[in-house]
Amino acid sequence: MSQTAATADKGYTAARERPPSSVAGPVAWLRTNLFSSWLSTAVTLLLGYLILRVVISFISWALLHAIWSVPYNAQGQPDTSACIDARGIGACWAIIGNKYRLILFGRYPYAEQWRPAICVVLFLALYVVSAIRAFWRPVLVLIWIAALAVIGVLMWGGTLGLRYVPEDEWGGLPITLILATFGLAFAFPLSVLVALGRRSRTLPAVRMLCVLYVELIRGVPLIALLFMASVMFPLFMPEGVNVNKLLRAQIAIILFAAAYLAEVVRGGLQALPKGQAEAADALGLSYWQKTGVIILPQALRLVIPPLVNTFIGFFKDTSLVLIVGMFDLLMMGKVALSDPPWQSFSTEVYLMLAVIYIAFCFAMSKYSRGLERELGRAHRR
Amino acid sequence: MSGTIVDPRMAAARAAPKRRLRLSWSDPLFRAIVWQVVIIGLAVLLAWYLIGNTNRNLAARHIATGFAFLGRVAGIPIGESLIPYNPAVDTFGRALLIGVLNTLEVSAIGIVAATIIGTLVGIGRLSGNWLLARLTGFYVETVRDIPLLLQLLFWYALLHNLPQPRQSLRVGDAVFLSNRGLKLPLLNWEPAHGWALLALVAGAVGTVLWNRHVRRRQEATGIRSPVWPVALSLLIGLPLAVWALLGAPLSWDMPALRGFNFQGGGTISPEFFALLLGLVVYTAAYIAEVVRSGIQAVSLGQREAGSALGLHRGTILRRIVLPQALRVIIPPLTSQYLNLTKNSSLAVAIGFQDVVSIANTTLNQTGQAIEGIAYIMAVYLTISLSISAFMNWYNNHVALVGR
Repeated sequence: MSQTAATADKGYTAARERPPSSVAGPVAWLRTNLFSSWLSTAVTLLLGYLILRVVISFISWALLHAIWSVPYNAQGQPDTSACIDARGIGACWAIIGNKYRLILFGRYPYAEQWRPAICVVLFLALYVVSAIRAFWRPVLVLIWIAALAVIGVLMWGGTLGLRYVPEDEWGGLPITLILATFGLAFAFPLSVLVALGRRSRTLPAVRMLCVLYVELIRGVPLIALLFMASVMFPLFMPEGVNVNKLLRAQIAIILFAAAYLAEVVRGGLQALPKGQAEAADALGLSYWQKTGVIILPQALRLVIPPLVNTFIGFFKDTSLVLIVGMFDLLMMGKVALSDPPWQSFSTEVYLMLAVIYIAFCFAMSKYSRGLERELGRAHRR
Repeated sequence: MSGTIVDPRMAAARAAPKRRLRLSWSDPLFRAIVWQVVIIGLAVLLAWYLIGNTNRNLAARHIATGFAFLGRVAGIPIGESLIPYNPAVDTFGRALLIGVLNTLEVSAIGIVAATIIGTLVGIGRLSGNWLLARLTGFYVETVRDIPLLLQLLFWYALLHNLPQPRQSLRVGDAVFLSNRGLKLPLLNWEPAHGWALLALVAGAVGTVLWNRHVRRRQEATGIRSPVWPVALSLLIGLPLAVWALLGAPLSWDMPALRGFNFQGGGTISPEFFALLLGLVVYTAAYIAEVVRSGIQAVSLGQREAGSALGLHRGTILRRIVLPQALRVIIPPLTSQYLNLTKNSSLAVAIGFQDVVSIANTTLNQTGQAIEGIAYIMAVYLTISLSISAFMNWYNNHVALVGR
């Protein structure tokens, strides 16, 4: 004991300058995090080997042996024999170069595709503005209305010298963004009403109606609703009224999203201390004053993280419209793959689509997590 | 609630029905009744309008409503079914039943597999091994950000681009993976296997009874008898003994390559395999998050208290951490099971014939749109309500008993 103490004493100054390598530094980090026991060591070695193999073969496939472009013959037809020879060895990125306009913008007239491109940028700007807390004021509603109006004008055209493009020719990323954004813009207010109705004590009949709606929608898959929209909706309409496919799918998505969002909002309403409502009653506020000024601002703030998670779910779920024959981003990927010369390069196209979806969802979940931390900090104080 | 202090508002609310209703806008009860009448009236009016339109449209298209079509011969070819089916003679009713069975089959297998993989991944994310924690984290984050439909299409394309049966990937001479699906050896079924299975069920019942007896005895006398030797002999020994007594028959139906395809053995079709793979990979990522947050919700003090009592690591996990974690895990796990079942309806995109796919074909052939959609909704509502009823029962079983 005394001996070690003495040694420690002697090395005191040196030890102060640098802690022993068994406590800090890369070696210690490796020992505690990768090789702490024989089991951990075995897991590290096995996983390390597997990861290395996968990464090396992926790089070899996606970069080293990849084919970036293919020659075209006189008729403008691609000659994909080089790609077909390289199947399984190298990726054929030429399909992306050939098809990216089709996948992103669908059958929108080629010369006019700058319009959906601007719409995509507008959508992104709208999301960014909505994410900034300084804009969480009533003016945000005006910004949304203005942006959606501009997007409508750009997509349809017919005014300001723009060519009219019917919805049947829309496709790709704009369709996905339209379904997701308009879906949420309409579903969110509806969901707040339904959540309030479900919490109502004085209106039992309305409460029953809301419970029925939420449980019915949540009990069936979105596909069933989309089929309903595509085959039953025309039967519901009076004769001669024809609602187009996009709007029908949009209505199904709104009804679906509202039921799920209503449950999230209800969670926020339930989490709010009762004293808030009682204080509002004591002040003599009416129901709508109490709800709009006291309850909702606090309740919604509580559930922002789960709301964003639900948004992510819906963004992904918009891909289901391909089953009822709509030309969203995923469907355009399938359309691109149905072109005979390119038929066997599904991995490349699906990888590109996955990267697009991941970019959107990752940004949203990263934002949600940051917000959760920030709001949590305010809450703890 | 001591009972002496009565909330005045509660008293007012309780007394409200006895109070006379004033026909004035300033009476809250009167207002509530008016609002409800107006809203319900609007809902009924909307429903009446839609039903009226539908009836007129159906009459214009000469479609007779009703479920009479269920008795007609279907003529829909069905790739795989759990019960015998012949499109030339069997009815739409039977075809739709096959759809339900296919949905239930893929959901049941998917739930079991996703729970096992999800639990392992969830524990892996909490591992002290940095590489394992990072890798499982990467899996969870990536898979959750890609639409399930995209993943299904990807797996389906991958399985279809596998080599022909002749060049199939194989494990020995028993398991083959080719673009025709996965081929497995199949046990030739003998009556002895049935009896052994029955013995297994009897053994399981016996184990539960023995376990209960042991617990009662421990509560009464403090003496704990061992459980696992009895359980092991009941669960493994008894079926094996029955099987051996009946002559221990065992033979396999092996898949073998004949010409361009396989003969014999069991098949898992590419459609089923792709759907199962997609559902399991996707749902396991969500279940992993549920399990991770459940385990993290158990405070460290609980573990420390357990080790202060001198309990084993295994006992701490089984008796202290898991029962508390389960309470947090069960409700979100239930919704993941429901999601998996509902997501199995995406089968229609890759050509696996589940209930949605068959109902869709049926309504296209017969024109019975309303009945087809109603059938799909009824099936899913029944499944959803059954799963949530079971999980609620289980949740009450593990829930904290309040005083």
